[in-house]
Amino acid sequence: MNAPLKPSSLAELAAAVRSAPRVLAIGAGTKSRLCAIATDVTLISTLGLSGITEYQPDEFTFTALAGTPLREIAATLVDRGQYLPFDPFLIDAGATLGGTLAAGLSGPGRFRFGGLRDFILGVRFVDGTGRLLRLGGKVVKNAAGFDVPKFLVGSLGRFGVFGELTFKVFPSPAATLTMRLPVADANVATQILTAAAGARWEIDALDFLPTADAIALRLAGPAAALPLLATEILTRFPGEILSAASADALWADLRELRWTFSDGPLLKLALTPSQLPALAANVRNHAGKLHVTAGGNAALVSLPAPIVSLGLPALTLRGPGPLWLDAPAAPAIVAAVKTALDPQNRFPSLAA
Amino acid sequence: MRRLAEVLPPTRVLAGPAQLAAYESDGLTAFRTAPLAVAVPETQAEVIKLVRLCHEEKIPFVARGSGTSLSGGSTPVSGGLVITLNRLNRILRIDPAQRVAVVEPGVINTAVTLAVAAYGLHYAPDPSSQSICTIGGNVAFNSGGAHCLKYGMTSNHVLGLKAVLATGEVVEFGSASREQLGPDWCGLFVGNEGLFGIALEVTLQLLPRAEVFHTVLAGYRTLEQAGDAVSAIIASGLLPGAIEIMDALALEAASAAVHAEYPPGCEAVLIVELEGPREVVAAQRPQLDALIAASGPVEARPARDATERAAIWKGRKSAFSAVGRLSPDFIVQDGVVPRRRLGEALRRIAEMSRAAGIRCANVFHAGDGNLHPLILYNGIEPGALERAEVLAGKILHMCVEMGGSITGEHGVGLEKRDYLATMFNADELDCLHRLRDAFDPLGLANPGKMFPNGTAPSLAQHGLHPLEKAGLISRE
Ligand SMILES: Cc1cc2nc3c(=O)[nH]c(=O)nc-3n(C[C@H](O)[C@H](O)[C@H](O)COP(=O)(O)OP(=O)(O)OC[C@H]3O[C@@H](n4cnc5c(N)ncnc54)[C@H](O)[C@@H]3O)c2cc1C
Ligand SMILES: Cc1cc2nc3c(=O)[nH]c(=O)nc-3n(C[C@H](O)[C@H](O)[C@H](O)COP(=O)(O)OP(=O)(O)OC[C@H]3O[C@@H](n4cnc5c(N)ncnc54)[C@H](O)[C@@H]3O)c2cc1C
Repeated sequence: MNAPLKPSSLAELAAAVRSAPRVLAIGAGTKSRLCAIATDVTLISTLGLSGITEYQPDEFTFTALAGTPLREIAATLVDRGQYLPFDPFLIDAGATLGGTLAAGLSGPGRFRFGGLRDFILGVRFVDGTGRLLRLGGKVVKNAAGFDVPKFLVGSLGRFGVFGELTFKVFPSPAATLTMRLPVADANVATQILTAAAGARWEIDALDFLPTADAIALRLAGPAAALPLLATEILTRFPGEILSAASADALWADLRELRWTFSDGPLLKLALTPSQLPALAANVRNHAGKLHVTAGGNAALVSLPAPIVSLGLPALTLRGPGPLWLDAPAAPAIVAAVKTALDPQNRFPSLAA
Repeated sequence: MRRLAEVLPPTRVLAGPAQLAAYESDGLTAFRTAPLAVAVPETQAEVIKLVRLCHEEKIPFVARGSGTSLSGGSTPVSGGLVITLNRLNRILRIDPAQRVAVVEPGVINTAVTLAVAAYGLHYAPDPSSQSICTIGGNVAFNSGGAHCLKYGMTSNHVLGLKAVLATGEVVEFGSASREQLGPDWCGLFVGNEGLFGIALEVTLQLLPRAEVFHTVLAGYRTLEQAGDAVSAIIASGLLPGAIEIMDALALEAASAAVHAEYPPGCEAVLIVELEGPREVVAAQRPQLDALIAASGPVEARPARDATERAAIWKGRKSAFSAVGRLSPDFIVQDGVVPRRRLGEALRRIAEMSRAAGIRCANVFHAGDGNLHPLILYNGIEPGALERAEVLAGKILHMCVEMGGSITGEHGVGLEKRDYLATMFNADELDCLHRLRDAFDPLGLANPGKMFPNGTAPSLAQHGLHPLEKAGLISRE
């Protein structure tokens, strides 16, 4: 494999795409399976395209180049009392903004206001013909043209290479409080997840932990209100309030995927809470581990070795094995849209 | 027509001039076209057959919900079919535990919240036409409401959908999960303005209803001061559910229409609403009240109970149609500017309207920078519409030049298609065209909308929608 191209401007990025018949963008290498590709593909690293190009705290928006590390963005926002509500993974590992959007990875905090799809506003990207295009907008509300920025969430570098992205952000909550609610099994976990998600508490994060013995429930808001809400919650579901230090450690371990096997596949799944018990049983049968987030709507599964099926569609983020497990057959429109954005198949297919 | 008879019984194919009259226009009442016929399917299978028939016979078609589009989105195409979806109005499934509802496209927006209220849930997007517009129309236009800043638009609440594309292909995008694998097809479909095909079934996310509200109405001497108050609230770290402003002309109209009493001598009224668990609102309330007190209002009035809150919102929501009573006709725009430039945008609108000798009222979503200037004119005065359109065009150009958008929630439709090119260059327009061609290679679904250089003349909305005149709906 040749050394990746490393453009340092958007014009160079477009030229890099045009320079080879088959290309794929890569970020920081935190989701390696998404970039493992046939050897005739020229890799384009976005690490030379880094930096926040515009930040307007009073607009709740920022624009940054695709290779900007999330770490840098999170630090810049925190200085102005704001945060990324989609709560991305792998901040310490060096994940880039572009790679996060392309992989479609939103973290536990997305439970409250939504994931990447709910905060992406605009994108400058290079399509398969090598044109640099700007679609969407830079303001928090815009209905002009088709919503291509949203489409590109989870597009895995297969429909275009991002150069620059505009996101909406929110003010950070004044305080957070995390509770650990022990559960006997995945059935009980599912009951608590659905009951808590429908309650009046405006929960910030609601996860079933990889230890498979507890739910973590995070509240976020004014410091005075949280203990009052926690008291009520703990009368409904027995558990304990975590100290600030242990809460930080718990969420950081989840964010950085420290609970996963060091090799073996890491899979992402979309599910509904009612599918959780069967998934948990399946994972256990394969000696795997499971982190369920977003109140039972998304899961990461770490396995000691590749398998063929988990009973639900899954995408491999890291480690060996096929890119997709149990993927449903693609309707004809998928190929038609791929041709529209990438007529010469310069980017790999979504299937590979 | 003969093949139509194979799909639908004669009672559900409308073709007489009197029958077609009701479908000739939408909320953009200035423009009328008689379609070839109006088809009234009752099942998804019938819609699929109709679209496949259109595809085989190369007949253009326009999907129609309640016809409240303000940008001419559901205006018929001459020689084409209107497929009206009001009878596909079943709520197919409500799952309170997972907080989703699966509905057909003809279901009215408020019907969703009504159906799930018993479970303490609601459907968040709240366009002010919500008592009459359909979920299918909301999906096509990615409609917004007063609570967009915190909760987003329609797209943020659509988890999955089933649609028949213009090619006749039936697809399912997304699911009942709040997560997805691979590209966001659902996100691409929402906001397509009817150019991709027809939504048959939509899976909506439901949210727990907010427990309590704290709604404050504050009057200011100047619009600038109201704008500064918005900036202070945004800078404070609070995230209100809604932040709205009405200007003097809008206030005058609203007080006449609904007998609302506003603080006297004010050029602007600000409405801010906090919502959430009672403990959270109790903690944030003093912070908001202090911010407003420090912003120098003539008077600030917190709603003391649900009735007072409803009165504040009634004045706000009726303002738009109330303005219509000040003038025989008006054009409404919904451009967006960066929030910090709202004051400047309003000043420039005032200058432009003074220079043109045309009155312009403003009611807007201040939290989103989403303007709703209402340009008043008298349609029987020669040249008045044209002068109003010139002013409307200048306002749209100003929004784009300030880094904003030509539309925040009403869509491009027929009305603003000539302005799409002010936001996107030739390559970008070409990319949008290619996407359209991927979904609809023959260009049969709602042709002439969104893209410039279509065949129909450029237009403007004027006057009240017939349903507003009847007092059934009001707008923001
Ligand atoms: C010299 C070199 C040799 C390598 N050899 C191998 C090897 O032998 N085997 C192997 O498996 N990997 C190899 N890699 C890949 C490497 O290990 C990482 O996988 C790589 O850096 C990818 O980062 P990442 O995109 O996963 O990070 P992320 O930033 O997490 O990217 C995740 C996904 O996003 C996409 N993406 C990232 N940025 C953009 C963007 N701007 N626009 C559109 N899509 C984007 C990617 O295509 C990918 O689908 C090599 C990389 C280099 C630099
Ligand atoms: C008084 C008033 C107030 C309003 N207030 C707001 C507001 O606050 N916020 C806002 O965003 N809008 C507002 N609107 C605009 C309008 O109500 C919305 O755009 C609404 O979503 C249109 O819904 P409808 O059912 O009337 O659709 P129609 O007007 O019938 O159709 C709108 C578009 O959707 C397409 N369409 C309809 N059904 C389908 C389907 N099943 N599949 C595919 N395409 C379909 C049509 O072809 C057309 O392009 C207001 C309008 C009025 C008259």
